[in-house]
Amino acid sequence: MNGVHDMGGMHGLGPIVAEPDEPPFHHRWEARVHAMTLASPTRSNIDAGRHRRELIPGPDYLAMSYYEKWFRSLAELLLEAGLVTPQEMAEGEAAAGAPRAEPLLKAEAVATVLTRPGSYVRAAATRPAFRLGETVRCRNLNPTGHTRLPRYARGHAGEVVAWRGAQVFPDANASGLGEQPHHLYTVRFTARELWGEAADARDSVCLDLWEPYLEPA
Amino acid sequence: MELRVKALESVLVEKGLVDPAALDAIVDHYQHKVGPRNGARVVAKAWSDPAFRGRLETDATAAIAELGYTGRQGEHMVALFNTPSLHNMVVCTLCSCYPWPVLGLPPVWYKSAPYRSRAVIDPRGVLAEFGVSLPQGIEVRVWDSTAEVRYLVIPERPAGTERLSEAELAALVTRDGMIGTARL
Repeated sequence: MNGVHDMGGMHGLGPIVAEPDEPPFHHRWEARVHAMTLASPTRSNIDAGRHRRELIPGPDYLAMSYYEKWFRSLAELLLEAGLVTPQEMAEGEAAAGAPRAEPLLKAEAVATVLTRPGSYVRAAATRPAFRLGETVRCRNLNPTGHTRLPRYARGHAGEVVAWRGAQVFPDANASGLGEQPHHLYTVRFTARELWGEAADARDSVCLDLWEPYLEPA
Repeated sequence: MELRVKALESVLVEKGLVDPAALDAIVDHYQHKVGPRNGARVVAKAWSDPAFRGRLETDATAAIAELGYTGRQGEHMVALFNTPSLHNMVVCTLCSCYPWPVLGLPPVWYKSAPYRSRAVIDPRGVLAEFGVSLPQGIEVRVWDSTAEVRYLVIPERPAGTERLSEAELAALVTRDGMIGTARL
């Protein structure tokens, strides 16, 4: 979707403000939101979580902090899954007679789960369509759902510099359509190809792009 | 926010959807177990152990796992080696992807709209804002983390550090050096 989250190349969003000796969390609630998001029964689909945050209306998205967005998307995913009702969320109490579950993630399993080597690589149904060194062009796609093809790369040509195997395709996975793995490539674009002649001739930008985003140039 | 988050946690705990002790353990993990000191160890080892550097070039996920850094948001690691003619810098324009096992959780500026928007179109301007002066003629290569590949910049080893131990070298490595918004 062409949302405000897709902000690569925009101007006017203010100065970069770095905080010396910044802690991992600034408030206790941020730490709890982070932990709840990772422990919740809704945690398994990383793409659905990202898409949920993109669906926050643009003006709100830009005004909210990172963990405010996490909280909102977690709450929405829990409501959507029917695990919690709006009234329960407001009152902080389970409704009378509400079913009791067993937590999926127990304290003793946390270290293992967080450090377990995972992988998004899947078996591929086809051979890679593009070779290293080949010039490819990003398709001009404007889906209304989730995508990881930023607007600033669409229509532009770059060189395939790495093949990363077939990986879970976020555009499908975010919408509950399954993983539908596709080959993933790292593609290098010259800064001039992306931004025009004013860009530095030496510079470039690399993006990780799935095969359905690309066509031969 | 404090009250709303507390209310949600109470309901989730009461309904058996989360274990409060598991939440404590997750918070502890991200406050104390992961952070840029992990990445600094990787960089220092890459500087002092050519065989390790070679493994980091061919399969960074496996090489980093040798030091015990694995898991969530570090599933597919790639090491980017700075050279006298190449400076690498990492961003996630679409959200805030970041290599948690080696760098911990990202700082607010990394997740902020100003960095995410400008890193790809004006990396030299961003670097200047961070106080970085680039050597003449150097290429700046920006890596936009649009998939589950996570990038770790390996800065150049500073001159005059030949006699330092790996632990002493690690102390020279900064978080921003491994994002690419600083040079050592």
